Amino acid sequence: MKARSALLLGSLSAALVAFALTSPRVVAADKVDPVADAKAFQNFFFQKFPDVKHEDFVNGPYSMNADMKRQWQEKEEFPPYEFALDAGKEMFATPFKNGKTYADCFPSGGIGIRQNYPYFDEKEGKVVTLELALNRCREANGEVPYSYVKDEMASLTAYMAYTSRGKLMDIKIPDDPRALAAFENGKRYFYTRRGQMNFSCASCHVQSPGERIRAEILAPALGILNAMPIYRSEWSGMGTTSRRFVTCNSQTRAVPLEPQADEYRDVEYFLSYVANGLPISGPGARP
Amino acid sequence: MASTIRVRATSNGDITEVQALIQHPMDTGLVKDSKGELIPAHYIQELKFECNGKDVFVANWGTAVSKDPYVKFSFKGAKKGDDLKISWIDNKGGSDTTTAKIS
Repeated sequence: MKARSALLLGSLSAALVAFALTSPRVVAADKVDPVADAKAFQNFFFQKFPDVKHEDFVNGPYSMNADMKRQWQEKEEFPPYEFALDAGKEMFATPFKNGKTYADCFPSGGIGIRQNYPYFDEKEGKVVTLELALNRCREANGEVPYSYVKDEMASLTAYMAYTSRGKLMDIKIPDDPRALAAFENGKRYFYTRRGQMNFSCASCHVQSPGERIRAEILAPALGILNAMPIYRSEWSGMGTTSRRFVTCNSQTRAVPLEPQADEYRDVEYFLSYVANGLPISGPGARP
Repeated sequence: MASTIRVRATSNGDITEVQALIQHPMDTGLVKDSKGELIPAHYIQELKFECNGKDVFVANWGTAVSKDPYVKFSFKGAKKGDDLKISWIDNKGGSDTTTAKIS
């Protein structure tokens, strides 16, 4: 019995070696490799849109259409997110009831750090987004948390993004199997078709950026989160990344998840990581 | 509370270009809230820009203007350093006024 299983094992490993020798390229496929993924992701867009400057991808649909770009540049002289920005600045500076401020919860006092979020928290074993960190900061100081999708949260993150404008997205994936799993899970969510329309996030934002969906021009997935939060004319107000994910789901007639659900945090992690090296441009304005 | 009006006025020779952004809900009275009740109409009725005691832009608005309206226009006859007074009145009697220097 023993001899037989040893023989079986021997021939099996011999077969494996032979397989590896004959098809050396297949080996990497089932391994999570964020570096290679990010490179492939960026190259896809750079090759698809050779005329678009790399750092311009963060401007979404405006990088794809000259007319829209002109309108937007005109609008940027007096941007619609200005009220939110002013409100966010004031909120950020106003102390909590216990005298502490948001600045006490964040590295460098919360200024110029947007490019580091979301990050993987090794203690918690999960991805932590800026919105989540802000609400945790509020709760730790005895304040009620804000809505994750708009209003105060969007104003606060608008201000924090504004102080980080031009800094390059710098998401890290620590050497931790849980971090790799979160990245992989986010990637899977991004490419999985769902809802009545059977669309994935990638159906619009990888397959068809620059093309029209009714009157709108689809934004490229590359750098799409660098502009968050955004003022959307369609919403006539500000929205966070969570709001974008929720509306994306309902537009494809899928059931949206709760804002800051694990899947949303993972997909934010994935999308931010593959945009590493592109500048923060938030808060943005979109049609 | 901060002003609901943001203005930028720049003089370029004889022509002064004015941009203004006003924070206002501009409710039409046709939209329902999450409980299914109508949100009452609430909109700016008159928007006025004055320079050196003279009206340079007066708009009589209705419900068709979008939320947080943006206005841009230019006029002649002002110079750098002049004051530009902006005011609005809405249908509920609310109002706001601010003054900006032409730069």
